[in-house]
Amino acid sequence: MSKPSNPVEAHNNQIDSAYDHNPNDTHHAGDHHDEGPKVTLGFWIYLMSDCILFASIFATYAVLKDNIAGGPNGRELFDLSYVAIETALLLLSSLTFGLSMISMDAGKLKAVIGWLAVTGLLGLGFMGMEIHEFMKLIHEGAGPNRSAFLSAFFTLVGTHGIHVTSGLIWMGAMFGHLIRRGLTPANRIRMMELSLFWHFLDIIWIGVFSIVYLMGAA
Amino acid sequence: MLTAPAHNIPAMSPDTPLLNLLFGKLRLDSVPWHEPIIMIAGAGMVGAAILVLGLTTYFKKWTYVWTEWLTSVDHKKIGAMYIILALIMLLRGFADALMMRSQQALASAGGAGYLPPEHFDQIFSAHGVIMIFFMAMPFVIGLMNIVMPLQIGARDVAFPYLNSMSFWLTAAGAILINASLVIGEFSHAGWLAYPPLSELEFSPGVGTDYYIWALQISGLGTLLSGVNLITTIFKMRAPGMTMMRMPIFTWTTLVANMLIVAAFPILTVTLALLGADRYLGMHFFTNDGGGNPMMYVNLIWAWGHPEVYILILPAFGVFSEVVATFSRKRLFGYDGMVYATFAIGILSFLVWLHHFFTMGAGANVNAFFGITTMIISIPTGVKIFNWLFTLYRGRVRLELPMLWTLGFIITFVIGGMTGVLMAVPGADFVLHNSVFLIAHFHNVIIGGVVFGCIAGLNYWFPKTFGFKLHVGIGKVSFWCWLIGFYIAFLPLYALGLMGMTRRLDFVNNPVWHIYLIVALCGALLIFVGIIAQIVQIVYSIWKRDELRDLTGDPWDGRTLEWATSSPPPFYNFAVLPKVGNHDAFWDAKQTGTAYVQPKSYEPIHMPHNTPTGFLIGIVSAGLGFGLVWHIWWMAGGALLVMIGLGIAHTFNENRDYYVPAEEVKAIEDAHFANLKKAGN
Repeated sequence: MSKPSNPVEAHNNQIDSAYDHNPNDTHHAGDHHDEGPKVTLGFWIYLMSDCILFASIFATYAVLKDNIAGGPNGRELFDLSYVAIETALLLLSSLTFGLSMISMDAGKLKAVIGWLAVTGLLGLGFMGMEIHEFMKLIHEGAGPNRSAFLSAFFTLVGTHGIHVTSGLIWMGAMFGHLIRRGLTPANRIRMMELSLFWHFLDIIWIGVFSIVYLMGAA
Repeated sequence: MLTAPAHNIPAMSPDTPLLNLLFGKLRLDSVPWHEPIIMIAGAGMVGAAILVLGLTTYFKKWTYVWTEWLTSVDHKKIGAMYIILALIMLLRGFADALMMRSQQALASAGGAGYLPPEHFDQIFSAHGVIMIFFMAMPFVIGLMNIVMPLQIGARDVAFPYLNSMSFWLTAAGAILINASLVIGEFSHAGWLAYPPLSELEFSPGVGTDYYIWALQISGLGTLLSGVNLITTIFKMRAPGMTMMRMPIFTWTTLVANMLIVAAFPILTVTLALLGADRYLGMHFFTNDGGGNPMMYVNLIWAWGHPEVYILILPAFGVFSEVVATFSRKRLFGYDGMVYATFAIGILSFLVWLHHFFTMGAGANVNAFFGITTMIISIPTGVKIFNWLFTLYRGRVRLELPMLWTLGFIITFVIGGMTGVLMAVPGADFVLHNSVFLIAHFHNVIIGGVVFGCIAGLNYWFPKTFGFKLHVGIGKVSFWCWLIGFYIAFLPLYALGLMGMTRRLDFVNNPVWHIYLIVALCGALLIFVGIIAQIVQIVYSIWKRDELRDLTGDPWDGRTLEWATSSPPPFYNFAVLPKVGNHDAFWDAKQTGTAYVQPKSYEPIHMPHNTPTGFLIGIVSAGLGFGLVWHIWWMAGGALLVMIGLGIAHTFNENRDYYVPAEEVKAIEDAHFANLKKAGN
């Protein structure tokens, strides 16, 4: 856990000494410098496995989407303008996260926290809208146990929602880290991985929006 | 034992709201008090656990166990714990095997045997689940953990804390499986729990839920260890070790872990969807509501076929190391071995449908998957020939790992050929679900994975613990296993061709009786082999001073793990080795640079131990138990605790430290003194 050497962070000199147990030992540079790339590679590998997780659910949805068992289909259920607002919230939150990362590179802690907070609020808004949509569907008798199509729909969209919720919890912890220690190398790595995670969920949502909502409502 | 009459007495299970809230579906009569076999097995298990805990307390070893093992993030210790778990579960899984063999032997000549059908069904399900997920998987992951970082000249894995968590999640899965023996029941739906049988309608008990959560939790551990080991190989190789200079075992570890990362999410999804059907009333795989049970079968095998290569590839890696070392030759066809490994890895995702040619996908689809299945035997054949050509004109030493390797080559080729036979869809329509299939996959899994694991155990045991395993008892074990395997499974090939299907608790055919008796004898012989193995380990621990390996290189090895002491210091290498070629340590020995002590040492950067992985793992068993029994406060509470522990751990910034150069020097001086004593 220590000074990352990746180019985005290399220019920053405000290095917290949290991880420097032995600051006088210059010859340990080798040990220190591979932590950031290592964590990032590991996180990428995890994200790819998550991608396969979503792929499996997408495949299941594709197989089951016409099995409506006499119940409602997507065209009857989906309200595209509602989902468009939902989508806009999530896409916007990716932009604000990007702004938070730019602030991090500029070393502006307050801006980092501010943009991250905006991101979190947008994420919360997205989740609120999703939960509202779910409640409405269940209320109308189109819950996940109505048909295989609806089981697959709730599971696919819900799995994405669980991921966004995890991201929000992570964000909560991130505020703690940032307030406690500021822009330390360790926190920069954490921000990097959280931003990867957040953008990844955005990409998955584009898949959900296209395949579930656009194709379903067509 | 849901169907056993004794448990359906309503008076014994009061259903008040308070009881439901506190205990979910769990009641006193969830324990099958009336089943003597289960009670004896359960008492044995609880007794063994109490014995271990008692001995630990008596010898005042709790601090040692806690600081050196439970909280350890050392890859060698985590690997050793994986293998200990595998050996314990081997006993449990093998007990199931003996019960099945004896039931079929007894219940094929007119008798009814001693196992009621619903119990027999649980036994074959538990046998498969335990042997694959909790014996074979921990064994290969344990070997990969111990050996791979040493082979690439690293000081630990990329994420040591994550590694500890992975192990304890796997252990939590094993705890759940064992709990199911005594508390409630286990799944009766086979090792892959096909729906609709595994749906709530046909399996209303908790057995399938135990199955789902045990596999979900341990599967998460496996996935995380896949991420960890891949990152380790890509980022932590010693200076000069390019990819094409990595030992073959490291290559097979890499590909196996890539398969883990690519395949395990599919298992997670499949089981989650089955869980959604059972817990939330969804309709993924049900008969009604538009569900599609064949979707499950496709998904589970899209994970399941890569899974068998996740198991066999590391075993291939073990054999490659063993063959080269004990032939005193460089491995024949290194590049071919690497490409063959990759080819097998990719093809493993293109054959899943051969597990159910009878689904009715049509002639063209079946032909496609039949052909891809046959193609996989080509890279596998390449590997076999590479091993044979390495042996050819080598100075072969018939040490224990080599014996297992030779046993493997012969056995695995036979098993592979019966597999190619079943790859012909037409033939498979006859052999599908027969005991011919059972014989085939035991032929490749025992002959391949198990022999590979035991070869690896014998080969790397001295590296891990500092002394060799006893040769004589090891040979007894080897011959019992090898001969026992053939006696146990060749009759099943014959029975399968005669038309005997798998999973029968009762066989009304006197002609088959004698074959089943022979198969039982074979199983008993394997049992002797397993006992011999345990005796071998215990005896070797007892005689460890005579079997001591002072040099760190007991087999005249070729790769970097032999360059350090046995057991290696916790930092593995005082100075990171420089690699200029394949077989880095062999080269160093040839050029005389192997045993030169450096003049000075530098402090070494190492991770602190942490209890977080252990705690998260143990609490996850509570999560699983709560979910199985619908004890929602327990499940919810456990989940919150796990998340809390995980987040709290990120706030602990004191995760690593420096080992002072003086300490390193003292450890290394002792090693070099040992080397001198051994005459190097």
